[in-house]
Amino acid sequence: MMDDDLRPDPDALLAALPAPRGKLKLFFGAAPGVGKTYAMLAEAQEKRAAGLDVVVGWVDTHGRAETEALLAGLDVLPRKQIAYRGKQVAEFDIDAVLARRPALVVVDELPHSNAPGSRHPKRWQDVDELLAAGIDVYSAMNVQHLDSLNDVVSGVTGVAVAETVPDHVFDRASEVRLVDLPPDDLLLRLAAGKVYLPEVAERAAGHFFRKGNLIALRELALRRLADRVDGQMRAQREVQSRAPVWATSLGVLLVLGHGDEDSAVRQAARLARALSAPWHAVWVDRGHAGAAARSSVLAALAQAAEQGAHTLVLAGPAPASLIADYARRHNLSLLALSQRGNRPRWFWRASLQQQLAQRAPELNCLILAAGERRPAATAGWRWPRAGAGGGGGWWQTTLASLALTAAMLPLRGVLDAANLVMLYLLLVLLAAVRYGRAPAAWAAVLSVALFDFFFVAPHWSFAVSDIQYLITFAVMLTVGLVAGQLVASQRQSAAQAGQREAHTRYLYEMARELGSALMPEQVGEITGRFLQASLNAQISLWLPDAEEQLEALPDTPLAVDAALVRWCFDHQQAAGQGTHTLPDAAQLYLPLQAPMRTRGVLVVAVPDVLALADPDNRRLCEAVAALAAQTLERLHYIEVAQQTLLSMESERLRHSLLAALSHDLRTPLTALSGNAETLLLALQRGGRAEQEQAALLLAQSQRITRLVTNLLEMARLQAGGVTLHQDWLPADEVIGTAIAALGNTLDAHPLQLDIDPACPMLYGDAILLERLLVNLLENAAKYSPAGSPIRISAAAEDGRILLRVADRGPGLPPGDPARLFDAFSRGERESAISGVGLGLAICRTIADVHGARLSAANRHDGGACFTLSLPLRPPPALDFDLENLP
Amino acid sequence: MHALTALIIEDEAAIRRFVRSALEDEGYRVFEADTVARGLIEAGTRKPDVLVLDLGLPDGDGVSLLLDLRSWSKVPVIVLSARVDEVDKIAALDAGADDYLTKPFGIGELQARVRALQRRRSGDAGEGNGSLVRLGDTVTVDLANRSVSRDGEPLHLTQLEYRLLATLLAHRGKVLTHRQLLQEVWGPGYVEHSHYLRIYMAHLRQKLEADPAQPRFLRTETGVGYRLL
Repeated sequence: MMDDDLRPDPDALLAALPAPRGKLKLFFGAAPGVGKTYAMLAEAQEKRAAGLDVVVGWVDTHGRAETEALLAGLDVLPRKQIAYRGKQVAEFDIDAVLARRPALVVVDELPHSNAPGSRHPKRWQDVDELLAAGIDVYSAMNVQHLDSLNDVVSGVTGVAVAETVPDHVFDRASEVRLVDLPPDDLLLRLAAGKVYLPEVAERAAGHFFRKGNLIALRELALRRLADRVDGQMRAQREVQSRAPVWATSLGVLLVLGHGDEDSAVRQAARLARALSAPWHAVWVDRGHAGAAARSSVLAALAQAAEQGAHTLVLAGPAPASLIADYARRHNLSLLALSQRGNRPRWFWRASLQQQLAQRAPELNCLILAAGERRPAATAGWRWPRAGAGGGGGWWQTTLASLALTAAMLPLRGVLDAANLVMLYLLLVLLAAVRYGRAPAAWAAVLSVALFDFFFVAPHWSFAVSDIQYLITFAVMLTVGLVAGQLVASQRQSAAQAGQREAHTRYLYEMARELGSALMPEQVGEITGRFLQASLNAQISLWLPDAEEQLEALPDTPLAVDAALVRWCFDHQQAAGQGTHTLPDAAQLYLPLQAPMRTRGVLVVAVPDVLALADPDNRRLCEAVAALAAQTLERLHYIEVAQQTLLSMESERLRHSLLAALSHDLRTPLTALSGNAETLLLALQRGGRAEQEQAALLLAQSQRITRLVTNLLEMARLQAGGVTLHQDWLPADEVIGTAIAALGNTLDAHPLQLDIDPACPMLYGDAILLERLLVNLLENAAKYSPAGSPIRISAAAEDGRILLRVADRGPGLPPGDPARLFDAFSRGERESAISGVGLGLAICRTIADVHGARLSAANRHDGGACFTLSLPLRPPPALDFDLENLP
Repeated sequence: MHALTALIIEDEAAIRRFVRSALEDEGYRVFEADTVARGLIEAGTRKPDVLVLDLGLPDGDGVSLLLDLRSWSKVPVIVLSARVDEVDKIAALDAGADDYLTKPFGIGELQARVRALQRRRSGDAGEGNGSLVRLGDTVTVDLANRSVSRDGEPLHLTQLEYRLLATLLAHRGKVLTHRQLLQEVWGPGYVEHSHYLRIYMAHLRQKLEADPAQPRFLRTETGVGYRLL
């Protein structure tokens, strides 16, 4: 019985799968010299011996003879020379591998950083691209290069490692093979000079290759591998249990901005991974971070995003409440703070942790260990940007203080000193509101000095006789500073909120305008206008044409790297500034990804280099790109719909025209030939002499019929838009119907059929293929002497199915055989044999629409042979269970 | 025994003329009609033994006439079509026509088709008696025992091969479209899988025909279907 349950259609499943990704096998070791490269090459040799296409993309043997010997017989690709600071640097050539498309490529030293100007900054990104292209990769790395273990290792060994590989690369590798060597053996190998070149080994041994270090590293490597295996087992269990997995409510929120950014990100990432929890990283921008600090925090945010965190910059004066709100909103129950963030800035203020404990007692707070290596990033404290006044307001506050003093001098005896102080305080407050923190502090200092000089006894001197005025000064100074700080923070958060609001508004308005766009040029213009308004950016929009060549829309003045545009389009990944691919480029390249396919590339150039590092701005660009992509897709489908409508209409017209023509020609021809035949039969029965004329009448009408049929057929085929009714056809059926259709035309020729029983089925239009064979056979019968055999064969050869019709006639006329297939060309001019020369032209057109080749050649022992070569397709599967039908 | 009657529904007088004489040669009493409406009336009153129908008529489509006719009559119908498009022929066959001829056609061809249909109608399809049916001189099908033999030797047919053969035998002489055969043999879920039909037909030909590429009985109607002669 057929079971028509919900079994998924395997074809549909296969079609839904993306092209298979290559497999990465990592050779993982605890330290250099354990034999990773050797193991890797040995395995590559095995694969090569098994018949796999293996090439070596990059291997450094460090002069080790055993390892070098293993390169024998492997195809080693040349390295790419890159000019860097006047020197030639050899790098791994990823394009050479992509062009060569081997089954397996060996790329050693996964953590390597490429020279600037390479496609990717890191080699692991090269490897990622190779995997995406479906190429298997063997690569090697040591435990100290794993991103999350980087500081642990440098803590243990005291040697800082700059080149790291993100943990996801390690975790997603298809296979990790541990290349293990006990520390004693490794030290022996080192002493024997088998690790590194001798002079380097000397130096390295002192620092790194201490036995204690090696044991610790070995433990780390084993443990990390055990974690990986554990993770796989858990994943497997989840797959098997099929039970819905409840999202854990545990999430980690890392608060950045207190120094040790990098270390904090690593620790938080490690923590989140250990908990299998989602994690977020935020920074509260209070507006007083210097450019250096700012970019270091932004870099850390990018790093966090790379490690799988959601990142955001918050703005506001009260970090604690912002953080608490964010954590609640995103259901993150574990806050991670660095130690510095936990220390109160001033003794009277609660630390961030204490504030958080007050505001959100339900949140767990984790204080991260301080990193050892890197300097605190908060060093660059700076005055906040001045407000609307631009120039800073120093002069204005100075003048205002002097003017106030001058105005009050005559009132010295009239007003109380306390009230005079109030007036100065008012001035300080106004300065804070108007010009920000620094001018306010300046106003406070100046006011204190002026007040002291002019109004505090003894007058005209800075000396203070009454100690209580010191309190006045202190209050004035404090009010000035605090007010300035508050106002500045407020202004900063207002600016940021304003910017976000503006972004939202821009996106909203852009979406509305794009909604009415009808041309790709309009999309480019609207996108450009909005990014100009929001980020002061210039853009260039690149769209694929019918041949998938990318073309920039006109009117974009940007100088753009066309190769990078192509790369971005092909890989559907952002490239250029602020990304992993050519981060030194001057622009950001965003693929326009729509639901169905990538619709083009948006290139954004922003004058301020830091602007694109801000996650907010980057998100804005991505949102704009998404909107543009959707609009382009909509435009594409509008065009498709219009074209379909148009071609349907013209198809219908053509069809009805040809049908009418066919009907109008065939009806009188039918009457003519039918009545001629009737006449002939009657005359034959009467034995009349006129039967000869009647027979001529019949033959001529049949000839006209053939001509008309050929002409109509040619018109139908050449008008284009022939709908093929393709089907799976056994070769003997196609040949058999053609022979049957010819009736007694072939009577004069013995037929030799040679149909290979193993010949697979053809995929084609039964009627057109029959027509093709009929024409070829008719041709063979026409041009070869009566009694000569015609041979028809069918067989599969070299991935194609070949149908041959061979005769024993005079062979092809001299000249190019391809010319035979041109319409109205005949073997011989003014030949005595009838036909308009359309037959072979029809054959070729039919072959063309099937994606087949039709060729003619002379047989070496006389006669002509026409060959139809059809592409071989895998035949459809048959369900032989059907035999058990009731 | 009264004379057999034939009805020609065709708007072109010149064609009617020679079709008429061809049928009269076969011994038919011939009536003519030139429109769908007239044709239906004639078919109802004359009760013809065979009907020759042109598909393009001035007041309507021959297929609609067929659909109407088939609701009350089983008269064998040969369709004449000036259209080369197989879709029209398939539509006519699916609507109940028994055979078709593409214009222009020969008189001998028309007469042979009419004879074949008449033979089937009079019940002696094949030259056998009872449950035995013969295909040519070599193949015998025993419908009662569901067995087939060739040159006296029993032939093994799979269930589906036999069902396909039996279906063709039941409509011997008639053109069966791919769709009709797939529906009858494989079931309604398979009407789009015509490669099944082609493969099983090739198997049948291998077993029954002397030269499978030039079959005598299991004829291919290219792009339309099959017919057992």
